[in-house]
Amino acid sequence: MPGRTLNLHRPKLEATRDGYGQALLELGKTNQDVVVLCGDLTESTRTQAFAKAYPERFIEVGVAEQNLVGLAAGLAAVGKLPFVATYAAFVPGRAFDQIRVQLAYAQANVKLSGAHAGLSVGPDGATHQMLEDLALMRALPNMTVLAPTDAEETRKATLAAAAWPGPVYLRFGRQEVPTYTTPETPFQIGQAHIFRRGDDVSIIAAGILTYEALQATDVLAKHGLSAEVIHSPSVKPLDEATILHSAVKTNHVLTLEEAQIAGGLGGAVAELLSERQPTKLRRLGVQNTFGQSGNPDELLKHYGLDSTAIVRAARQLVGR
Amino acid sequence: MTQPAGLSTTEITEKARKIRISIIKMLLAAGSGHVGGSLGVADILATLYFGQHFQHDPAKPHAAGRDRFILSNGHICPALYATLAEAGYFPKAELLTLRKLHSRLQGHPVHRYSGHHGQHDLPGLEATTGSLGQGIEVAAGMALGFKLSGRGSRVICMTGDGEHQEGSVWEVLMFAAHKKLDNLTVIVDRNTLQIDGSTEQVMHLEPLSEKYQAFGWQVIDVDGHNPAQIDAALGEAASTHLKPTVLIAHTTMGKGVPMFENDFHYHGVAPKPAEAAQALTILGVF
Repeated sequence: MPGRTLNLHRPKLEATRDGYGQALLELGKTNQDVVVLCGDLTESTRTQAFAKAYPERFIEVGVAEQNLVGLAAGLAAVGKLPFVATYAAFVPGRAFDQIRVQLAYAQANVKLSGAHAGLSVGPDGATHQMLEDLALMRALPNMTVLAPTDAEETRKATLAAAAWPGPVYLRFGRQEVPTYTTPETPFQIGQAHIFRRGDDVSIIAAGILTYEALQATDVLAKHGLSAEVIHSPSVKPLDEATILHSAVKTNHVLTLEEAQIAGGLGGAVAELLSERQPTKLRRLGVQNTFGQSGNPDELLKHYGLDSTAIVRAARQLVGR
Repeated sequence: MTQPAGLSTTEITEKARKIRISIIKMLLAAGSGHVGGSLGVADILATLYFGQHFQHDPAKPHAAGRDRFILSNGHICPALYATLAEAGYFPKAELLTLRKLHSRLQGHPVHRYSGHHGQHDLPGLEATTGSLGQGIEVAAGMALGFKLSGRGSRVICMTGDGEHQEGSVWEVLMFAAHKKLDNLTVIVDRNTLQIDGSTEQVMHLEPLSEKYQAFGWQVIDVDGHNPAQIDAALGEAASTHLKPTVLIAHTTMGKGVPMFENDFHYHGVAPKPAEAAQALTILGVF
């Protein structure tokens, strides 16, 4: 049971991007083909340790995101394993055509990382709060889309992406969040994990918000609601079996992501359920609007993504 | 074994004539495609694939030591397909499948890296191109990869002149000079025409040579229809250190068929049957 591997008692605070930087260091040591390309955001994307350890395999491309992706495709074509590091606002945001043609169509073995994704980048405001990346990347054939929950899982996801053939998009955030998964917590591309078992409502979450969902379950229990929390960092491929099985059991599904409700995890679950297992559904995410400046906690509260909002939505959905 | 074909300039000129004939035949069969630009680069592609400076082996399209050619202006792929068939990468008969369902000769070149060396893709293609301003990025990535691995292969990339209106081209021109990618050679198909008219009227590119120089490139102006000049420039590029080289190849869109020459209306269309018959006669097919 993956839930037993979690450390929910005073977990250490770290940014998900720290796990990315750590994994790159590990990969640099074991795989000589690994190269890291960065768009003038070395410190922010946590690629500085790799740059220091393997300067000959660190490629600074400057503020040029289209070129960042195109170069990576060329490097992959001659046998390198490129990791591309910049903000999610720019990759995939600015370089979508290169990603579509040179990576997805061509099945290039390039690993993209969208750092500072979601509302939680905070004060930088709407231009930098990438909320459409999951939808953009999920629409592309051959693309794998991962949204890990904490630094430990981001480390595992980065290692898994390296071993996975073809293009992968890894999304992670800026601010420090609890590292509540442990080295024992399983991670596999294409798999969702039940972090808490319940019978009345299935909360399916990705990214940092899975932790909020776990916090919400304790409150829901006080209201007599038993919530199942399914952590689904693999937005594509989606673990359909686990989600369908849970939906059959609880009859109520709540999705949760730090992204637009259209096209991301909520979109994927809605498509799955409406075709295979029509179920009462509510999608929590950003509701067809843009973000704004504020601190991360304020923003999650304002846009209805904190544990209080999850409790409210789950109770409305089930009617208790 | 990869090696240059090493034909004489007279033989190259004859290859270019055959390439032009194939272009007309395949576009006629396809009913759509870009005739003007395709005819315009026949001499350059014939010089590259049959001259002194491109390491390749048509019998082994994935040979490790091969040089790479990327057609960044992918819309003129009929010229590349015809050249590859002429060099023996695949049978010429397949040229007539251009733009048809299930053909390996797609309307713009496609190449997949996974799946056993892209076994369903056309032998000799190295990249997916057609969305302008991307092939040149991939080419620079390949050149950098060869440098990082200490491999001696070179990358030759053809670009359209109108393609230089894409901002991404200038991103990669800056990068290639900064990284001193002397194993990268860009050829600009400078025919001065694009879909909507003259490049200088649509969005002027001049002074193009000076722009490349200012970006840190070695610039060689060549007559894009003179195999001796093109071959010599490719040799000069190969022996240049610490700088990427660009050949500004002055070409005539539609070259070889006077009624198509220098007319931007023939940028993006295929010849009609009567025009094709006339073109083939001009090219010496009786």
